[in-house]
Amino acid sequence: MKYIDEFRDKDLIVSLTGSISKAVKGNYAFMEVCGGHTSSIHRFGIPSLLPEGIRLISGPGCPVCVTSMDFIDKAVEYSKKKDVIIATFGDLLRVPGSFSSLEKEKIKGADIRIVFSGLEALNIAGSNSERTVVFLGIGFETTAPGTAVTVKKAKELGLENFLLLSAHKIMPPVLDALAREGIEIDGFICPGHVAAITGSAIFNFLPEKYNLGCVIAGFEPSDLLQSILMLVRQANDKSPVVEIQYTRAVTAEGNRIAQELLSEVFETCGAKWRGFGLIPESGLSLRKEYEDFNAEVKIPVTISSEKENQACICGNILRGSKIPEDCSLFRKICTPGNPVGACMVSAEGACNSHFRYIHYE
Amino acid sequence: MNEVISLNHGSGGKQSHELIRNLFARIFEIPEPLADSAVLPGNGYSLSFTTDSYVVDPLFFPGGNIGNLAICGTVNDLAVTGAVPEYISASFIIEEGFPIHDLELIVASMADEAKKAGVRIVTGDTKVVEKGKCDKLFITTAGTGYVKPGFETLSKGSDIRTGDKLIINGPLGNHAIAVLGARNNLNFRSSVISDCASLNHLLQALLNECRQIHFMRDLTRGGLTAVLHEIVQLSHRGIILEERSIPVDEPVRGLCEVLGFDPCYLANEGKIVIVAGDGEQEKIMSILKSHPLGKNSAVIGTMAEYGNGLVVVNTGSGGRRILDLPAGIQLPRIC
Repeated sequence: MKYIDEFRDKDLIVSLTGSISKAVKGNYAFMEVCGGHTSSIHRFGIPSLLPEGIRLISGPGCPVCVTSMDFIDKAVEYSKKKDVIIATFGDLLRVPGSFSSLEKEKIKGADIRIVFSGLEALNIAGSNSERTVVFLGIGFETTAPGTAVTVKKAKELGLENFLLLSAHKIMPPVLDALAREGIEIDGFICPGHVAAITGSAIFNFLPEKYNLGCVIAGFEPSDLLQSILMLVRQANDKSPVVEIQYTRAVTAEGNRIAQELLSEVFETCGAKWRGFGLIPESGLSLRKEYEDFNAEVKIPVTISSEKENQACICGNILRGSKIPEDCSLFRKICTPGNPVGACMVSAEGACNSHFRYIHYE
Repeated sequence: MNEVISLNHGSGGKQSHELIRNLFARIFEIPEPLADSAVLPGNGYSLSFTTDSYVVDPLFFPGGNIGNLAICGTVNDLAVTGAVPEYISASFIIEEGFPIHDLELIVASMADEAKKAGVRIVTGDTKVVEKGKCDKLFITTAGTGYVKPGFETLSKGSDIRTGDKLIINGPLGNHAIAVLGARNNLNFRSSVISDCASLNHLLQALLNECRQIHFMRDLTRGGLTAVLHEIVQLSHRGIILEERSIPVDEPVRGLCEVLGFDPCYLANEGKIVIVAGDGEQEKIMSILKSHPLGKNSAVIGTMAEYGNGLVVVNTGSGGRRILDLPAGIQLPRIC
């Protein structure tokens, strides 16, 4: 298949792994920020292709995983309202909240519909005028423009029964938080699809302020290996910069139209991240002009205090300080069939990827 | 186990297995190994007996409908045990208001498929429920057939040996993608049609000619992955799978890339895995390839001496990973 097979070509992979082996001088740790990368890395068996000195650590870039428990608790509260239809991406359904999950509420009879886009949620609102659709907006700069288009369209159509509960987040503040904590890595494999929207410049502060190398990577095995090679060379030369490996999608400026849409509809706000707590200016909430579509303004809900399973180490895994196998629940109590933490729910979560693709004897 | 039934219990993955083992098989006192068909010893013969319910949504999809699906599924469940399918029963749960014209189309396609497969539909039942109490139409079929002498242990998996080859009779995932495309909510149109087909004639030809077929299983819900895990459990061995050899049609592959599905987990309705002795794979492949339902057959893996039931994949790009049993919901109501 065109645009796929050439990036999975075995000869190319062999040549890249050869180059990496030649380049390594000691030990390296790189963090793949994006959940899409985590999933690709394990799906293609990338760790089995790397020399022993290179360690890949998963970061905070799986949107489902970093979603705070109070967001799930709020969504659960909305789902209990008789006149509300919840429209959500499928991944969120099974994420455990403090006392329930959307899946559990669905079994009890809540009207929860799986959608593949915000526009699909708009259609549901259009054909259910007597009820209110609450769309659960989740994701980084990659998916937020889609939600922006949806909200703009809802305004144009004058839809009064469409509301957004936003857990949209942006990438730079959390990377800043990680770097400030002094994470022990030699560089970041930066999220290719976020950068396709934002442009590569948003990562410039990482080499400039923290001396951390960055390579913006694609999602195919050769993309990942080439990015690792670039990071190894940066580390060897002690010359951290932002490089674009994923040149077929990413430019320095990014997608201007998407950026304008984002800033027209959203403004940044403080947001809670699982594993990090509140990070200032890291979330996206609707601007005042679009307040009529903000679920939390139109139908405020109250939730009781959050309750997390104390043994779950999702937070540490998202910060890169632990790996799934360090968790006492992993594979024993916490499985994709019975997830305790969000990292086991999403296909992009570190725990889920390790569970599905890696088996330690 | 969760306190109430969720869609996950019907996914064909881990939760389905737990429900069957820990509730049905326990209370009904059904001995292991549990399989889609029971092979029942008689006086000088063995009878294969199976039943299956069909709840596919939508009822009509490219390449078939719930009717021929209900025949193919039951015929294939019998055929993989080494049986010659003979008699089928068909029960219908119909929602009030269902168009008789549609029912007639569905029943006609059942009759047509039964004729092709050489089976007779001999008994059945009809129930009608109030509007909203079931979704349009559910069908349950059951079937019987005598197991060909010498193949009584075929469905037990006890003949599987290290070094045996795994063969598949064509590309994966066409049924799931065809049904998904017919649901409209994904807003894609594709040329993919369901692989829904009765495989009994092909399998009988194989069993007549070959002596080293050690196991066969049809791939339905849970896809290739579910069957490979059944094989490792029955045989107490492992499997090494060559990802590059697994046939997948381009449109299916493309949609899988876009939607994030792995073809190994997608449902099929006309595909089988054959576990064959190392010496006979070429003969099996040539018989398969000369038949319209096997022309894209491929050898996809090997039975290995791994102790703990792992399915290891050599990825197309040279890496290694495992293929785990599906957990949680894949796609509901695909068959």
